[in-house]
Amino acid sequence: MKNNQVISVLAKKRSRNLKIMLALTLISFVLFAYLPGESQDVTFNFVLGDEWVIIQSWVIGSKIGAYSFSALSALFLVFAFLQARKGNKLGVSALAYCLSVFIAFMCWAAAGAAISVTGLLQGGLFLAIPLVFGSLSGLICERSGVINIAIEGQLLAGAFAAGVVGSLTQNSWAGLLVAPLAGALISLLLATFAIKYAVDQVILGFVINVLVIGLTSFASQRILTTDAARWNSSPIFSTIQIPILSKIPLVGPIFFSQTIIVYMLYVIVAIIQVTLFKSKWGLRMRAVGELPVAAESVGIDVNKVRFRNVLIAGLVAGLGGAFFTVGSSGAFSRQMTAGMGFIALAALIFGKWTPLGAVAAALLFGFADQLRTVLSITGTPIPSEFMVMVPYIVTIIAVSGFVGKVRAPASDGIPYKRGGSH
Amino acid sequence: MSLELRAITKRFGGLVANDAIDFAVADGEIHAILGENGAGKSTLMNIVYGLLQQDSGTISVDGKELTINSPLDSLAAGIGMVHQHFMLIPVFTVAENIVLGHEKTGFFGKLDLATAREEILRISQEFNFDVNPDAIVEELPVGIQQRVEIIRALIYDAKVLILDEPTAVLTPQETDELLNNLKKLRESGRAIVFISHKLREVKAIADKITIIRRGKVVGTASPSAEQSELASMMVGREVDLKVDKEAAKLGSEVLNVQNLTIQDHTGRTLVNNISFQVKAGEVLAIAGVQGNGQSEVAEAMLGLREHVAGSVKVDGQEIIGKSVVDCLDLGIAYVPESRELDGLISSFTIAENLVLDTHMSAPYSKFGRYFPDAVKKVAQERVAEFDIRAQSVTDTASSLSGGNKQKVVLARELSRPVKLVVVSQPTRGLDVGSIEFVHERLVAERNDGKAVLLFSTELDEVYALADRIAIMFKGEIIAIVEPSISREELGLYMAGVSLHAEVSA
Repeated sequence: MKNNQVISVLAKKRSRNLKIMLALTLISFVLFAYLPGESQDVTFNFVLGDEWVIIQSWVIGSKIGAYSFSALSALFLVFAFLQARKGNKLGVSALAYCLSVFIAFMCWAAAGAAISVTGLLQGGLFLAIPLVFGSLSGLICERSGVINIAIEGQLLAGAFAAGVVGSLTQNSWAGLLVAPLAGALISLLLATFAIKYAVDQVILGFVINVLVIGLTSFASQRILTTDAARWNSSPIFSTIQIPILSKIPLVGPIFFSQTIIVYMLYVIVAIIQVTLFKSKWGLRMRAVGELPVAAESVGIDVNKVRFRNVLIAGLVAGLGGAFFTVGSSGAFSRQMTAGMGFIALAALIFGKWTPLGAVAAALLFGFADQLRTVLSITGTPIPSEFMVMVPYIVTIIAVSGFVGKVRAPASDGIPYKRGGSH
Repeated sequence: MSLELRAITKRFGGLVANDAIDFAVADGEIHAILGENGAGKSTLMNIVYGLLQQDSGTISVDGKELTINSPLDSLAAGIGMVHQHFMLIPVFTVAENIVLGHEKTGFFGKLDLATAREEILRISQEFNFDVNPDAIVEELPVGIQQRVEIIRALIYDAKVLILDEPTAVLTPQETDELLNNLKKLRESGRAIVFISHKLREVKAIADKITIIRRGKVVGTASPSAEQSELASMMVGREVDLKVDKEAAKLGSEVLNVQNLTIQDHTGRTLVNNISFQVKAGEVLAIAGVQGNGQSEVAEAMLGLREHVAGSVKVDGQEIIGKSVVDCLDLGIAYVPESRELDGLISSFTIAENLVLDTHMSAPYSKFGRYFPDAVKKVAQERVAEFDIRAQSVTDTASSLSGGNKQKVVLARELSRPVKLVVVSQPTRGLDVGSIEFVHERLVAERNDGKAVLLFSTELDEVYALADRIAIMFKGEIIAIVEPSISREELGLYMAGVSLHAEVSA
């Protein structure tokens, strides 16, 4: 006897996602295409400098564009529906769907303006860099079993230290060198209280953030602003054009015309992705984050591993902090990380605690942020207050279970005590 | 190689967990340590393994005294342990688990799993273990997971192998296989320490038996000793675990479960389309190896689970979709699997715990005001009725022993007017005295005309209480049988072997 009442949680989720997609398509048709409004040309530019192949600009009428891409999204929706009927994952068709809705949106939002696609993506990457550093710091901590809410503080400390030292020495390399150490110092606080004294890690992280924000704001106001030339005018790294690679159309200007910090990030991402799953360090990190008592039973000093990894995480986030000062503006300003540490945490969760996932999520968040800036410059029908919310809305939607099965490291946030079973 | 413990003493605060324990095992020998839950067996072995340190006493291997501060020391001394709760990382592969802590690395610190894979396959073949080095541990049956632990000990060249309650999570068939494997290991010249509270197994496998009670060695016995003799040494008095039970006087149908299906939040089906009924005046035992969906069914009986389909009717009233309070009001008593986590609020007093379900009604509360004195008075009556050994009803529940905690839960649940009693693993981890009490009380409820739904993984308990036995395997009820079924047959069902499934109504 087959039970026809059987519910499948996954199927339910899938059908919910399909409903949301259908709603979006309707919105796309009505809001972007159907509603009265003059059709103006939208120009998409793909060229930023002297790439090898110059891709022609693409001009399309806003109405025709919105209609055709809404229609395309409807087509992908049908595909997704058929996939769901077969019980397959929606992955590719959902991605194609999102892209067409997005282009329909852009046709409407940027009517009468020119959008530099390359610039948009480049700016998105720029904003994503601290997020990637931050989420990797969170990744190393949480895979080891320590919740890291203090990413914000680590980034800020790195930014401050790099800015000040860079200014005093008038050497951006000196700033780059101390930034990780500043991040690690914040980690030392986190590790000491979270691991040694088993303080609640969420509360601890918040307290550390408040502490760092307070200290750096105080120093900024009392010292940096009094003699900015001496204290707060660090030289910055110039962009390095990678020969050949930077000339690839679209990709070159985005990825290979960056500062040293960004290139270091590429290397760090690659290293962490490989070592997490293929090295002794990664194996032990995951072991103490999943079932510390099992790690202990084979002779691993759980708290030592955790302590060390939290410090390493601080190095990574601190380096990311340097990007704010010596990597871009050269000067430190109060609370300049502006909540990016928390968005980085969201990226980590959205990325399912994997390095590549976290990077992808960080890129998405950075892109959403850049889109806001671009659209507020070109002028759109959307109120600017609403545009400011976009990255956060994307974050909330992303974290609230759209990504399917998410599984945190099993012992994330649980302090480990030897012989704790008694 | 021989292992010798002399005068090992370990205290936890005021509690003496191990009191001057002497113990020795030689190679080619299986030496069993027999004792009740809480007698101090696991503490002793955790000391040997380096997870705990003794307060006094010595450990020597081959006559040489050793200081064991961490598992690394015991591993180096050739002592391997198979833990009661497997020390394996669930999301790792077998090979990853085996190398953890002893990683060999190659070029640029790259993890070398190839050597481990070969070793695993070699040992797996030698002992016919059938373990795939690349399988993810959490996807393996527990019997195989245990073999992974044994393989790990062997790879690190353990000459003394300690097994802590190794059969607790196994099916009877898996237990037989384990016992055979241990005999093979004994032939290969290893010394084996087998810790258990199960008389049958100890008698079947051991060369020598040491009995521990309340942290002390109370004697040794040979495996030819009578079960009753071993039992009385273990408990400290004569025990008779048979519950006197008159024939069931069946009443009307109280619980009717139809096509119940339960999934977890990721969409995995945990319970698949099961149906059963329980009548007034009978005990239906749901037997099965742990983790086959019993816990989820038990929780669904009180509306505690999401993603539930099908129908659960108590006295004709549907409870799926109802709140827990509504379920309680229908007359369901519920004794959860974990009394510490779900049965009690440990930091509350015994009195408060006794009225968790009724505190919002008279005489404990009126117009939103709570009367602690009324609670205390009733609590004192309950403590007397259920023989709860406590200094005062205002002590916290956490101060009680396991048996007394369980009595508090029973006292609360059975003091309401109920029709259906749902109990899950009611005697897990209890001493024999408490087990007797719980069993007698459950039979009394049955004789009183209540429907009792018992979830148990202990065959002895199932046989002692059940009027009918339903066997769950992988989320399905594969048979409902009479308690006259033989242990062997029941064991086969629990291992998922479908015999001639005779379903009685």
